[in-house]
Amino acid sequence: MIAQRIGTTALRRVAAKPDAFFTANVARLSVGAMQTRPVATERLTPADANSILAKQRLNRPVSPHLEIYDKSQTFFGGSIWQRFTGAGFSGAMYVFGASYLAAPLLGWHLESASLAAAMGALPFAAKGAIKFLLAWPFTFHAVNGVRHLVFDFAVNSAFKRRTIIQSGWYIWGASIVGGLYLAFFL
Amino acid sequence: MAALRSTRSRLLGSARPAFRLSAAAPVRGFAQLADAAQESATASGEPAKLKTFQIYRWNPDKPTEKPKMQNYTLDLNKTGPMVLDALIRIKNELDPTLTFRRSCREGICGSCAMNINGTNTLACLCRIPAEDSADLKIYPLPHTYVVKDLVPDLTQFYKQYKSIKPYLQRDTPSPDGKEYRQSKADRKKLDGLYECILCACCSTSCPSYWWNSEEYLGPAILLQSYRWLIDSRDERTAQRKDALNNSMSLYRCHTILNCTRTCPKGLNPGLAIAEIKKEMAFSA
Repeated sequence: MIAQRIGTTALRRVAAKPDAFFTANVARLSVGAMQTRPVATERLTPADANSILAKQRLNRPVSPHLEIYDKSQTFFGGSIWQRFTGAGFSGAMYVFGASYLAAPLLGWHLESASLAAAMGALPFAAKGAIKFLLAWPFTFHAVNGVRHLVFDFAVNSAFKRRTIIQSGWYIWGASIVGGLYLAFFL
Repeated sequence: MAALRSTRSRLLGSARPAFRLSAAAPVRGFAQLADAAQESATASGEPAKLKTFQIYRWNPDKPTEKPKMQNYTLDLNKTGPMVLDALIRIKNELDPTLTFRRSCREGICGSCAMNINGTNTLACLCRIPAEDSADLKIYPLPHTYVVKDLVPDLTQFYKQYKSIKPYLQRDTPSPDGKEYRQSKADRKKLDGLYECILCACCSTSCPSYWWNSEEYLGPAILLQSYRWLIDSRDERTAQRKDALNNSMSLYRCHTILNCTRTCPKGLNPGLAIAEIKKEMAFSA
């Protein structure tokens, strides 16, 4: 009832003196009834549309990937270092094999005895550094290889999100400790 | 709306501003709720919690211009908690040209998949990290062709999904002529697989998929493959396995496991792929 009375009083007021707001609104409403489009569209045949799409596709950029993705997953991921260390070892083996083969022709001395003598002449730190350079890829490849075996047997618990992250860091730690042991204590 | 109201209430509606004028309130046609919320926020005197969003922009209408990052700063006190809320607010209030896909805002449609602060996730399920003051970086899904701004072209992804025949294939009719029944244990095998919404977060997080997306199916599609491989009602298991038995489709997976780490639904594509590999190795 009160609402109705308010309505009638308002009406009376409007009728008594034409409200500026009210008339402005009426004008706006009448414009609004006519549909206006600020953007004009063109008619296109499906063939035209396809050719526009093809042209656009040629220009489409590839969204950024390696450079923006979480570095701990891309650059410190166990998988890619498994590949790096493996490729490094096989590469080193080929390089050493080839140079051993070419050594007599070029007058190099790559026999075990001369290598051991050269190594023995180095200071302790340099010896350790060179050994670590070879030992760390080996321990990493070995330890991470075990992890990959576990993955390949689809062991459920190894695939938990936390386990994946943790085991990843454990492998870095274990391989570095193992590499240091092989380099300096063996 | 106006046409649906009765004559009397319409008159009432038009009369309402007369009262508001007398109360010295600002006269506004629409969106009063949002404005009221803003006014109350400033009135309560909270200090503005500003956060800058760096968003990848590329406009197909100007293809020669290189993609760039554009900064938008929002007051988090006036923004919803999720990244999608911020994006919608940027589009509504700061820059209507910002383009992104979104629909359900509750992580069930998979439209708003994008790369937020380095990992793929759904913008609607990702909270804005309010505590750290660093800028939030938003990119489209990695290594996809960009249609515009944050919208990636997923045509190839959907084609790959179609290629694995993601539907029940049977020759024998059901015994009772009504439904294909399965035991509770068999049904349980589908848990963790059927929930996949194909948002493509996992596939586009996989470096292997980045380099080989033409032929490698990628985690999302392989999870779906596994979903049909272990369905007790499906009778084409052998053909399905046969289709995967080549160097590219399945075996480009090197258990990098970015897929499992990124899945916004908490599923495990990495485990599903490992299960397929194991099954292929031991049953063939």
